[in-house]
Amino acid sequence: MRVGLFVTCLIDVVRPEIGFSVLKLLQDAGCQVEVPATQTCCGQPGYNSGDAAAGRALAKKVIDEFSGFDYVVVPSGSCGGQIKVHFVELFKDDPDLKGRAEALAARTYELTDFLATVLKVQRLESNFRGRITYHDSCCGLRELGVQAQPRRLLGLLPGVQLAEMKDCTQCCGFGGTFSVKYGDVSGAIVEEKCRNIRASGAEAVVLGDLGCILNIEGRLRRSGDEKTRVLHIAQVLAGDA
Amino acid sequence: MQVQSMHFKARAAMKLADARLQKNLAAFADKVINARAAAIAELDDFEGTREAAVQRRDRALVHLDVWLARFEQAATASGATVLYAQDYAEAAKLVVAIAQRHGVKKVTKSKSMVSEEVGLNQAFAAAGIESVETDLGEYILQINDNEPPSHIIAPVIHKDRDEVSELFARVHRTPRKTEINQLTREARQVLRGHFLSADMGVTGANFLIAETGSVAIVTNEGNEGMCTILPRVHVVLAGIEKVLPTLEDAATVMRLLARSATGQPISNYFSLLTGPRAAGEADGPEHMYFVLMDAGRTGLLGGEFESMLRCIRCGACMNHCPVYQKIGGHAYGWVYPGPMGSVLTPVYAGVENAIDLPHAATLCGQCSVVCPVKIPLPDLLRKLRERQVERGLRPWTERAALRAWAFAALRPALYRPLTRIGARVLKWLGGDKGRIHALPLAGAGWTAQRDFPAPSTGRTFIEQYQARRGR
Repeated sequence: MRVGLFVTCLIDVVRPEIGFSVLKLLQDAGCQVEVPATQTCCGQPGYNSGDAAAGRALAKKVIDEFSGFDYVVVPSGSCGGQIKVHFVELFKDDPDLKGRAEALAARTYELTDFLATVLKVQRLESNFRGRITYHDSCCGLRELGVQAQPRRLLGLLPGVQLAEMKDCTQCCGFGGTFSVKYGDVSGAIVEEKCRNIRASGAEAVVLGDLGCILNIEGRLRRSGDEKTRVLHIAQVLAGDA
Repeated sequence: MQVQSMHFKARAAMKLADARLQKNLAAFADKVINARAAAIAELDDFEGTREAAVQRRDRALVHLDVWLARFEQAATASGATVLYAQDYAEAAKLVVAIAQRHGVKKVTKSKSMVSEEVGLNQAFAAAGIESVETDLGEYILQINDNEPPSHIIAPVIHKDRDEVSELFARVHRTPRKTEINQLTREARQVLRGHFLSADMGVTGANFLIAETGSVAIVTNEGNEGMCTILPRVHVVLAGIEKVLPTLEDAATVMRLLARSATGQPISNYFSLLTGPRAAGEADGPEHMYFVLMDAGRTGLLGGEFESMLRCIRCGACMNHCPVYQKIGGHAYGWVYPGPMGSVLTPVYAGVENAIDLPHAATLCGQCSVVCPVKIPLPDLLRKLRERQVERGLRPWTERAALRAWAFAALRPALYRPLTRIGARVLKWLGGDKGRIHALPLAGAGWTAQRDFPAPSTGRTFIEQYQARRGR
C-alpha cells in the first residue's frame, strides 16, 4: 500500500518530530510511505482569508503531487478537511479538476481515521504512560467526523488513562489568522480551554492539530503552567512522547 | 438601527474586560447548551426533522413570490390588510401611518427583531406615539434608556438579577426587590396598565402561513396575546422571508424552534392569528394589518446567501459560538449578533460597514452543526471574506502578506530555503526555554495573549527527512 504523507506546513517548520512519529506509525502498520518533496501548504490560510484564487492554485498543486497514491494521510484535521471537503468546493465550476479533487478526497484521511478505520490497527508499540485528556479539534471533529477514532487508538495503550475534560469539543480559539487578528478574543477562548484542561487533572493534553497545539501550549506556558504537556496524538501512539 | 459594527474590535475589548458580563455570559452558555442538547436528544429523529425543515423552508423560498401572493389573498379574505415595504423607512412610515389613521396614542409591542432593524420605537417617538415593549427582557432594555438587545431570544442576557433590581428600583421608584418573582410581578403590574390602555399592538411573526393567511407567534410570557387581543388594532411587521406554505410546514419547523432556542419541547405560548375579530366573535382586534418588508431579502434570493433566508431566529448559532460566548451581542454592533448576525449585518447593512464580522469567527463549525435549518454559516462567512478581497476592502498589509505567502508556497524551490531560514530564526528567538514571548507585526496579536512555542530543532521535517534518505 503506497501512502503519501502530507506533513503540513506547521509540522514541517515547528514540530518536525511529529512528522517522524507519523512516519513510524504508518511504517509499523506496513505502509510504504512516500513524502513528496515539493509539498508546501494545503492553501487553507489563503482560502480562509478570502483569497479563493490562492486557495485554488495551492489545491491544484496538492492534487498534482498526491494523486498517484493509494492513500494520502494528513496528521491534521484542519489540513485534512481542506483537502477532503474544501478542494471540491473550490473547483465546483471546473469539471476536470473537480473530478480529480473528488478522487483525491476519497483517498485522503486524517491520521487517526486512517489508522483506526482503514488500517484497523489493533496493536501499538507505544509505552506511553500517563493520565491524559483529549481535545477534539474543530475541523477533524466537525468536517471529518474524527472523534471515536483517536479514543479507540488511545484505548489500545495500556499505560494511558483518559480523563475527559469539560467541553472537549469546544473550539480552542485558534482559528488560523483569527488568533492574530482578534488576539484578545482568541486569548479569552483558549484561557477557558486551558482551565478545562487543568481541571481534568491530566498530565498531558493530547490532540491532532498543530495549530491548536501551539495555541494551547502557548497559553498554558504564558499563564505559568510549565507542567501540563501538550502532545500530538502521533507522538503518544508512536511512543515518542 | 444604526450600524456600529465598524467599532467591533474596540467594543469586543471592552466586553472582554467586563468581569460581570463575563460571568453572566458563561452562566448563560452552559445552561442553554445543556438544555438544547437534552431537548434534541429527546427527538426521535433530529437529522430527519432537520432535513424536513430545510426542505419546507426552501420550498417557501424558491417560489417566494407565489407564496406571498397566496398569503396576501388568504389574509385579505380573512379581513386583514396586507401592505408591502421596500425598506426600513417605508416600513416605519406605513406602521406609523396606520397608527395615525386609527388615532392611536399608545402602542404595546411584542418582541420583534425586525422592528429593531426598522428602528420602529424611534419612529413612533418621532410621531408622538408612546410605544411600550412588553417582553420582559425588551421592557428592561427600554426602561434602561433604550439599550439595544444583546441576543435575539434572550435580549437582556448580558444583565444579572442585581442589575435589574437596581434598574427597577430607580425607574419604577419602588423599594428594591431581590427575588426574581418579585421583580416579574412588579413588571407585570406596570405592564398591565399599558396592556389595558393601548390602542394598537405591534408584533413580529415567527411564520406567516400562506394557505390560511395567519401569523404564527411564539412566546414564553404570553405578552403577545395581550398585545393582539386587547387593543383595537393589530399590526404584524415581518420580513417577507417568514412565509411558509402550509400549517404542516409550520408544525415541522416548530418541532425544532423552541428545542434549538431554549431547550423547550415547545414554547409556553404558540398563537395562530387569522384576521381581525369577525362578526359574532368575542375578542380580537377590530383591524389587522400585515406590513411585509423586503429590506434586502430579495437580494439574497437565487444567490450564494439564499440559505440565510431559511433562518428561523432560534439563536442556537450564537449560543454555541465561542466568540459570542466571550463578547456577547453588543460587540457585533447591529441587530443580529453571533454567526447569523455576522452574515446578516454585512449582507443587509453593507459589506463595507461590517469589515470585522466575517473575520471575527474561528470557523469552528459548531454553529452549522446546531443550526436547525442547516445554514452553512462558516461557508457564508468565508464567502463574505472573499467579497472583501474582491472589493479591495482588506488592509494592504494583509493583502501583501497573503500574496507573498502564496507566491512562495507555490514555488518549492523558494519555499524550502525560506522555511529552513524561518525554522532557524524562530528557534533562535525561542532561546533556552524554547518559546517566544513577543513577536513583531501581526505576530504581536498572538504574543499579547500567549507565547509562541519555538521550533524544537530548527531544522524542517522535509530537510531532515531528505538528509536521512540520502544517508
